[in-house]
Amino acid sequence: MRWIWIDKFTDFQSGVRATAIKNISLAEEHLHDHFPAYPVMPASLIIEGMAQTAGILVGEARDFAEKVILAKVKKARFEREVRPGEQLKYDAAIEQVTEEAAMTTGKVSADGEPLAEIDIVFSHIDNNLSGLTFPKENFVFTEDFKSLLRTYNVSTAKA
Amino acid sequence: MMMNRDECFDKVKEVLVDALGVDDDEIKEEATLTGDLGAESIDFLDIVFRLEKTFGIKIPRGELFPDDILNNPEYVDGGKMTPKGLETLKGAMPHADFSDFEADPDVSKMPNLFTVKTIVNYVTTKTAA
Repeated sequence: MRWIWIDKFTDFQSGVRATAIKNISLAEEHLHDHFPAYPVMPASLIIEGMAQTAGILVGEARDFAEKVILAKVKKARFEREVRPGEQLKYDAAIEQVTEEAAMTTGKVSADGEPLAEIDIVFSHIDNNLSGLTFPKENFVFTEDFKSLLRTYNVSTAKA
Repeated sequence: MMMNRDECFDKVKEVLVDALGVDDDEIKEEATLTGDLGAESIDFLDIVFRLEKTFGIKIPRGELFPDDILNNPEYVDGGKMTPKGLETLKGAMPHADFSDFEADPDVSKMPNLFTVKTIVNYVTTKTAA
């Protein structure tokens, strides 16, 4: 199973917005070291959760034809730390999608309280400015990954 | 939205401070985006998005930052822009100051054409249109 930091989508409006949730469990091993005797969900992994929520939203907007890669975290502001037992809710919205890139805005809440604001720029790497070429196969949105998304009720039918 | 050049400069400054995480006082007319302000390729896209939003304008790809001219073998020879290439680039970037670049049109110096002033000139013209 690949690196997935959201548990499920609870809302998905194609090309517009998506909401995903993530339950933080003390059974997750990374919390045992971060930190010993004081487990806190790493902010970097909360950003990853938003990148996945928003990245899937951006990918679906172009029928998963593009290779969508996180290019820049424009903003990431956190109000407090998150402890095991809390539930994160990721709300991502598309601000703009073009041939070469997409921008999203996002808010995260923890157990219903505002937690973070995370805005991201994604690159459609086949249309990047530096003219690099990448494998034809879409290694971001693989068949396995799209199968998983279907279980979240994210439409992949046209992909 | 009509704006004078000073108003445009102030708004461009805000855009660059947000996009590049630099301080207000680093934003000077002559500052180069890559050399002085540390912009990377994805930052150029971010800047274009933010300018569109801030000024309510549409910036077609390649208009503010032409990126396809270097790919044409007619325009580049031995790491320098050919006279024809330079003419084309000047035509594509009326908003840039070519006085230094013309003297030594080394391709590696092309990023120096992208200064704060270049952007301010561009949006001033664009918002007046």
